[in-house]
Amino acid sequence: MTTQAPQFPGAPVVRREARDKVTGTARYAADRIPAGCLYAWTVPATVAAGRVTAVRAVDALAVPGVHSVLTHDNAPRLQEPDDPILAVLQDERVPHHGMPVALVIADSLEAARTGAGELHIEYERDPHDVTLTEDHPGLYTPEEANGGFPAVRNRGDVEKALAASPVQVDATYRMDALHNHPMEPHAATAEWSDGHLTVHDSSQGSDKVRGSLAQAFGMSPDHITVVSEHVGGGFGSKGTTRPQGVLAAMAARHTGRPVKLVFPRAQLAEVVGHRAPTIQRVRLGADLDGVLTAVSHEVVTQTSTVKEFVEQAAVPARVMYASPNSRTGHRVVALDVPSPSWMRAPGEASGMYALESAMDELASALGLDPVELRLRNEPATEPDSGRPFSSRGLAACLRDGAARFGWHDRDPRPAARQEGRWLIGTGVASATYPVLVSRSTASAHAAPDGSLTIRVNATDIGTGARTVLAQIAADALGTDPAAVHVDIGSTDLPTAPLAGGSSGTASWGWAVHKAAADLAARLAGHSGPLPAEGITTTADTEQETADESPYARHAFGAHFAETAVDAVTGEVRVRRLLGVYAAGRILNARTARSQFTGGMVMGIGMALTEGCGIDPVFGDFTAKDLASYHVPVCADTADIQAHWIEEDDRHLNPMGSKGIGEIGIVGTAAAIGNAVRHATGARLRELPLTPDTLLPYLL
Amino acid sequence: MDSLALGADLEPEPVVDEHSTVTLFVNGEETTLTVDHRATVLETLRESFGLTGAKKGCDHGQCGACTVLVDERRVNSCLLLTVTQDGAVITTVEGLADGESLHPVQQAFVERDALQCGFCTPGQICSAVGMLREAADGHPSHVTGPDDATGPVALDAAEIRERMSGNLCRCGAYPRIVEAIEDVIE
Repeated sequence: MTTQAPQFPGAPVVRREARDKVTGTARYAADRIPAGCLYAWTVPATVAAGRVTAVRAVDALAVPGVHSVLTHDNAPRLQEPDDPILAVLQDERVPHHGMPVALVIADSLEAARTGAGELHIEYERDPHDVTLTEDHPGLYTPEEANGGFPAVRNRGDVEKALAASPVQVDATYRMDALHNHPMEPHAATAEWSDGHLTVHDSSQGSDKVRGSLAQAFGMSPDHITVVSEHVGGGFGSKGTTRPQGVLAAMAARHTGRPVKLVFPRAQLAEVVGHRAPTIQRVRLGADLDGVLTAVSHEVVTQTSTVKEFVEQAAVPARVMYASPNSRTGHRVVALDVPSPSWMRAPGEASGMYALESAMDELASALGLDPVELRLRNEPATEPDSGRPFSSRGLAACLRDGAARFGWHDRDPRPAARQEGRWLIGTGVASATYPVLVSRSTASAHAAPDGSLTIRVNATDIGTGARTVLAQIAADALGTDPAAVHVDIGSTDLPTAPLAGGSSGTASWGWAVHKAAADLAARLAGHSGPLPAEGITTTADTEQETADESPYARHAFGAHFAETAVDAVTGEVRVRRLLGVYAAGRILNARTARSQFTGGMVMGIGMALTEGCGIDPVFGDFTAKDLASYHVPVCADTADIQAHWIEEDDRHLNPMGSKGIGEIGIVGTAAAIGNAVRHATGARLRELPLTPDTLLPYLL
Repeated sequence: MDSLALGADLEPEPVVDEHSTVTLFVNGEETTLTVDHRATVLETLRESFGLTGAKKGCDHGQCGACTVLVDERRVNSCLLLTVTQDGAVITTVEGLADGESLHPVQQAFVERDALQCGFCTPGQICSAVGMLREAADGHPSHVTGPDDATGPVALDAAEIRERMSGNLCRCGAYPRIVEAIEDVIE
């Protein structure tokens, strides 16, 4: 573990691809137009369970411009893929609504789409089960939840401690499915040339995609290039390989021409993963001073019949508050639904909504300030593991945020403040996100002309990865970031992990720092002009990232919200949202602020507008497009501020950084829900807080 | 069973293939081309002109990523059929800068970091340019007071937020976008 003193000043360097993005020259996966390109349109299953029994393609093939129709009958055979969701067009089984069952390939998108409309597909339906309930007979305890966490952890005797606690909270919180909906739909442009497959894919990690394609097509990765130069957001949904690359490569192989495939927006929800719905029961026991004696967080959630994914919503309760007695557990049921997956802060965002709402309920029951309640339950070591924290800035975030927000001026009584028809309230919630890091490689090159180039297959999904990697390299080389060229976004570059788990900067940056520091040493020891080929150094952080840290390493944060609730309509407006974060060294103040506030904006959606049910009769998501699934718009965002506490944590990486991409969403929904409770006196335990759910409490 | 053979003995339904010739003035350049009647302005710009700045986020007028200026008004280009736009003057994000010199809105977006993934950015910028003109032309919005609806509308943050709400940004760059537009107004 490193003990170097972090030196990074966190300069607010301007995002280096900003000019390309504001002039429209930044190229995304669907912006490639290879000569002779064909266009593919996917046809989703219209039943939730069953089999395709017949496909009549003759009308589709008669549409002028339609080249081919692929179904499970004639699509290229795949090897067993590394992720079962990639086994598309391989057999007649329909495991969930929206599963691609055919692909229409044509000279133009218009012809492909018309062809898809002319395709007739018959199904044999099986009965389906798409409804999660807390007493579903199919519920079972998995071995692990997402992230490799044990599904169940017990310490002490929770039941006994709860029974003996003078103050108790027992509350159940519910959330429907949430959809990532990055603005760029998942897209791929694929081309075969002399046995080599090139795919421009909308992904959070092209090495991962290349591995999946190699496995599916039974090829050596050496014969595959995957490029993800610019990616229009992912929020987890592009972190695992998605079917668009497989389908486009199949179509390109079948037709012998390049093929472009973009999933239509209304098909995305059922093929790119989602945050699974959860039913979370939280029980807290405390003494009269508000010191916790028992914490129980029990999660019920769903997965698909295709694969097991368990939203690890009870895991943050293993990190947050001291308590001698604790139970955290997950149960899951496999339903005939699309496979859930990662969505920004999986586990933390959903779990902290429940835990931090319950903490607010406990503060109300005790008549104790919610900030003070949290401060009284700060643990000396990580509650579940007993490991020391490498750094823990929660208390500092709560105190700093309370001061900045003007928290202590608040009248704690609910429904006490009214401005005309608006009921005003404030709320607080904590946030946490683990420090993750993966092995990466990188190279650094000094050319005879003095130019410096960093090469690493990082992916910039909007974080500003190029910029911060240039800063890290420049720091090691003792030069200006502008002097460092950074190549990312292609499997032709040194292998690197995906942009996910808020770990990109730590993982790539560590390798970049190592390669650049090595290059700096080589240059320092070199006299005279450089050789014609320049000097290149390579780095691999296999050793540095191999061992588990003896420390519990997490970022923390505190969210404060002021909401106004329309007493007539039930509409909730977020007037102010303030976050303070303790996330190690902030490497670029400009791009970091954007990530923090961006997460908070997504949290507003989670709190107020986002949520998607599954129709019990048809088995499909009920809000599949952006007119029905409401992500926040500009008018939903007023005063949103992000601040941070500088941490000097020597147990992280050479930059001293923790991840910042996800923590912004983590406590936001709870803070807003707590503010709405303060404004109205109504404690709703289900998201989103739409007007129809609030109105019964206001009339 | 080869299911593709199902119904092979039936006559396919006739499908009519229709194309027309239109002239467009795109970023100051006149072009005459033959277009499929089903093609949207967005699809034509991207696939025929190679102007891929305008993005397809939803293809249904729900996200604004495809926003361009047609005859100086902002439009969702995914909702316009190209065949209906004969003679239209179209400005895309690629046509805003003056050579190497960025349009003030583009420059403000860079300086304020009013973007992250960048996918919605071309639409946001075209929308902001169109929005500034609408306000100058006295178009009221939902938040414009009845007394302010005569003459140019002063754009405070609430006006900007309201008028920019047709352009979704999942990265949540809205606070920076509002600041960038305020910079241009000042």
